[in-house]
Amino acid sequence: MNAPHDPSSVGAVVAHQAHFGEPLRLKGGAELPAYDIAYETYGELNAARSNAVLVCHALNASHHVAGHYAEDAKNVGWWDNLVGPGKPLDTRRFFVVGSNYIGSCFGSTGPASINPASAKPWGADFPVVTVEDWVEAQARLADRLGIERFAAVIGGSLGAMQALQWTLSYPERIRHSIVIAAAARLTPQNIAFNEVARQAIMTDPDFHGGHYYEKGVVPTRGLRIARMIGHITYLSGEAMAEKFGRLLRRGAPGFDFDVDFEIESYLRYQGDKFSTYFDANTYLRITKALDYFDPAAEYGGNLSAALARAKAAFLLVSFKSDWRFPPARSREMARALLDNRRIVSYLEIDAPGGHDAFLLEDARYHSALRAYFGNIEL
Amino acid sequence: MRADLSAIVRWVAPEARVLDLGCGDGSLLRTLWQERRAPGYGVEIDDAAVLECVQNDVNVLQVDLESGLSLFADRSFDCVILSETLQTIHRTELLMREMLRVGREVIVSFPNFGHWSARLQVVLGHMPVSETLPYEWYETPNVHHCTIVDFEHLCRRLELRIRERLVLHRGKGVTWLPNLRGSVAVYRCTADS
Repeated sequence: MNAPHDPSSVGAVVAHQAHFGEPLRLKGGAELPAYDIAYETYGELNAARSNAVLVCHALNASHHVAGHYAEDAKNVGWWDNLVGPGKPLDTRRFFVVGSNYIGSCFGSTGPASINPASAKPWGADFPVVTVEDWVEAQARLADRLGIERFAAVIGGSLGAMQALQWTLSYPERIRHSIVIAAAARLTPQNIAFNEVARQAIMTDPDFHGGHYYEKGVVPTRGLRIARMIGHITYLSGEAMAEKFGRLLRRGAPGFDFDVDFEIESYLRYQGDKFSTYFDANTYLRITKALDYFDPAAEYGGNLSAALARAKAAFLLVSFKSDWRFPPARSREMARALLDNRRIVSYLEIDAPGGHDAFLLEDARYHSALRAYFGNIEL
Repeated sequence: MRADLSAIVRWVAPEARVLDLGCGDGSLLRTLWQERRAPGYGVEIDDAAVLECVQNDVNVLQVDLESGLSLFADRSFDCVILSETLQTIHRTELLMREMLRVGREVIVSFPNFGHWSARLQVVLGHMPVSETLPYEWYETPNVHHCTIVDFEHLCRRLELRIRERLVLHRGKGVTWLPNLRGSVAVYRCTADS
């Protein structure tokens, strides 16, 4: 993808680790005595400190948003098509921060980290974290980096929930919120998919109630199935048909239970790959964070009332083929923001990619983001 | 700027909250903000026009007018504008009712099908093509043509009170035989009650 000399790439980047000794009180009642946050930055913070943009990641991504690592050139950031010199989120103009949430398995403190109380991995004892907790931790990271107010916070899917929560937790600290392929709360159907994924993990004999690290095993079977379910819901039926059709792997039906169709091969491959790098305890917690997110809950379900304290300008983007976070969910947010007379634009992109479209380089989508970022005053 | 748009800018009160339906590239909203300090939102379905709105730093909502204005609360705008878009709408009556629901007043402009040149072309056996109706019948986005008389009939049916009317031809006002000599009509209306 991006060779080191590519002028539109931020090039070789370095992941940083910030340690926080001050305890973090979590929404669920637990307290993390101390924690680390992994993060990366691209571009320069300007003298006025007015050009910082926080990029929030979704389920399986990390703080590695753009560029590559010097020692691992193939490990390109997950939103490299958006972030870089001359790209829609232009690092010549903005100081971009990618931060890894707490509970992750990619560098921030999470279930696989050592619990100081037991000197063993946290495992099942790692608390359930929420979108609100992540925003709290990100705010402390912003303090550490000298960022009083973000020019923008951007994210897709679960990352978009963080971009929205920022406007509620810290209305004065965010000027623009860019909320892509999102929902202000999951539907029961959406929670149902997460529950099947969790059950796949928790019923894996290698799960050991979440304490599998000390047994030296990994619940790979559960993780595989969880990932397969996820993948089905991230793609549109149309995109799947386009990509795989009914192509047969072996040219003819095998009349057995080996891989027949290409889609089966794809799902198995994705499941296998995922189970080698992702942590099952993290997966359980992230899906819970998705399920619990519902800013309207404490306002009797009234989203307009919940968003009344937001002050940021909003850009909402949805994709027509996304049935996991469909346009109707974004329109709910647009309606609530209009009720509050907030500055808001809403784009409904007719892209075929399903939920994953937010990661792809659709010209209409990226042109709009480029224009939007271009109009943000520094 | 199109003559009907200049009239609309004059009619919008300073600092009025404006909703522009079928807002195109957002230039009317931008002008209303610059000249009237009127904050507004546009509704537009076309991808290229929506992008231009974002480039013009205008609030735009990409939704289909045919499904009504469910994004907007009752009486949430001072003024709802439908400029040169009426003729492209399938569910005209539904949209007009929706405009009255969300706005205190509505401004509508449309090409007048009653203009003599249109009538003459029909008499000669053709669908009209003109400056204000620039499309051949097989490529036109327009689905509902009407005349000044027809529109005023709809206003009565919807219990709309016409507060102001401006009929134009090539940018100039037309007062004598407007339904014959005017090619564009602009109305400012409120609910009759």
